[in-house]
Amino acid sequence: MPSRIVAKKLEKRFGHIHAVRGIDLEVPAGQVLGFLGPNGAGKSTTMRMITGFLEPTSGSVELEGINLADDPIAAKRTFGYLPEGAPAYPDMTVEEFLGFIAHARGFRGADAKSRVERAIGRVNLQGVRKQAFETLSKGYKRRTGLAQALLHDPGILILDEPTDGLDPNQKFEVRELIKELGGDRAVVLSTHILEEVEAVCTRAIVINKGQIVFDGTPSEMEGRAPREVTKNRMDHVFRMITTGDVAAQAGGRR
Amino acid sequence: MSAPALTSTQRITTVFRREFRSYFQTPLAAVFLVIFLFLAGLFTFNIGGFFDRGQADLRPFFQFNPWLYVFLVPAVSMRLWAEERRTGTIELIMTLPFGVADLVIGKFLAAWAFTTLALTLTFPLWITVSWLGNPDHGTIFVAYLASALLAGAFLAVGSFLSALTKNQVIAFVLCAVACFVLLLAGFPAVIDFLRAAQAPSGFIEGLASTSALTHYESMMRGVIDLRDVLYFLLVIAAFLAINIFAIDWKKSD
Repeated sequence: MPSRIVAKKLEKRFGHIHAVRGIDLEVPAGQVLGFLGPNGAGKSTTMRMITGFLEPTSGSVELEGINLADDPIAAKRTFGYLPEGAPAYPDMTVEEFLGFIAHARGFRGADAKSRVERAIGRVNLQGVRKQAFETLSKGYKRRTGLAQALLHDPGILILDEPTDGLDPNQKFEVRELIKELGGDRAVVLSTHILEEVEAVCTRAIVINKGQIVFDGTPSEMEGRAPREVTKNRMDHVFRMITTGDVAAQAGGRR
Repeated sequence: MSAPALTSTQRITTVFRREFRSYFQTPLAAVFLVIFLFLAGLFTFNIGGFFDRGQADLRPFFQFNPWLYVFLVPAVSMRLWAEERRTGTIELIMTLPFGVADLVIGKFLAAWAFTTLALTLTFPLWITVSWLGNPDHGTIFVAYLASALLAGAFLAVGSFLSALTKNQVIAFVLCAVACFVLLLAGFPAVIDFLRAAQAPSGFIEGLASTSALTHYESMMRGVIDLRDVLYFLLVIAAFLAINIFAIDWKKSD
């Protein structure tokens, strides 16, 4: 089965800052990929290049076999994206906002309505559907962002910190949802919470200073920790491979 | 993946509808319409001397329109892109299946439709003047058209400037200054000053012909000259084109 996301040699420079230095990535259907790394490592920049918000300085992105640079509009139909901070129009109600997204995704009339209903049901937004986005709590804002990304039932989901700002119950719900969605989709999510990777991801990638420094399953990542470490083994490995001096002993692939 | 692909027109319509509705979701629409209509009336009746002139036309109204637009159009255009940048929704709409041109054109048309709505709401003036006398309806219609075109040109300028910043105040001031300069180049006082300064007449004429005021006033007299209409359409097209580049260039900020 071909990979749904294929990114080749992605590079991004902002002036003299070399934010992303040659990232290769393939994500097939059924995979939930956790994207890890310290702040400023290039996670969001990479996701923004994959979703076509930022143009890579060099390299290419293919989504469901469609080259993003050649046919951006067709490529953008293949995925749902939750940008960092889950932005939405502050004055629109949840329902109006999702209605706009349905329209933008090509649904009309009853079709659009049923899509909005399904998205609202999926992330439990029933109680706030008539509320303006700016009046929502952080958790509901995040869920509205998720609803928006899921609305057209895409084969690819790209979620930038989907559980940020959620309380433990909401985190649990969203993780369950992501696990369920991962079944037949390619999911990429970024997070700072390593237990989340263990809980939902089938693959973990750590990037540091714009490069991939670990690529493997969460249990492989945990296995990197020395035997004497018994608690928070993932955190230990994360520190090992993202702080320069112990990178060598961590034995990352690059 | 069952979502049907949209044509360019459908994409623009989708952007247009959201943008146009957004004016009415905030007090902006009400504030703008009230102030526009109030000032239009004030300029026409008090300052323009509508009654004293004893003529059945809307000249005082149209004469003040450009100066009204200098600070009212930026109030509409300033938010077009600066707001998307501030709230972060720019990342959302740019990753939806829209082209940058769809977004720029859809947003611009929504803003233009809104100012045209405000202009249309001045129709009681037309009724008043028809009731009081026997105006040349053709002239009034062409003057309305000129006014709409002028607002469109200002909006295109403002939309471009709004794309350069996430600060709406900056977008407002830049647009007001740009519109003012665009008018001033054809203002009699400026032209007289340049003549007195013995500037080459070719330069003066060239400058005056780039001014929105020159083209507006010639249409205001009721004459549809293709060159005047073309001028406004060209200004709109040119600024929308650089708007598209500005979005691509500045979106990562």
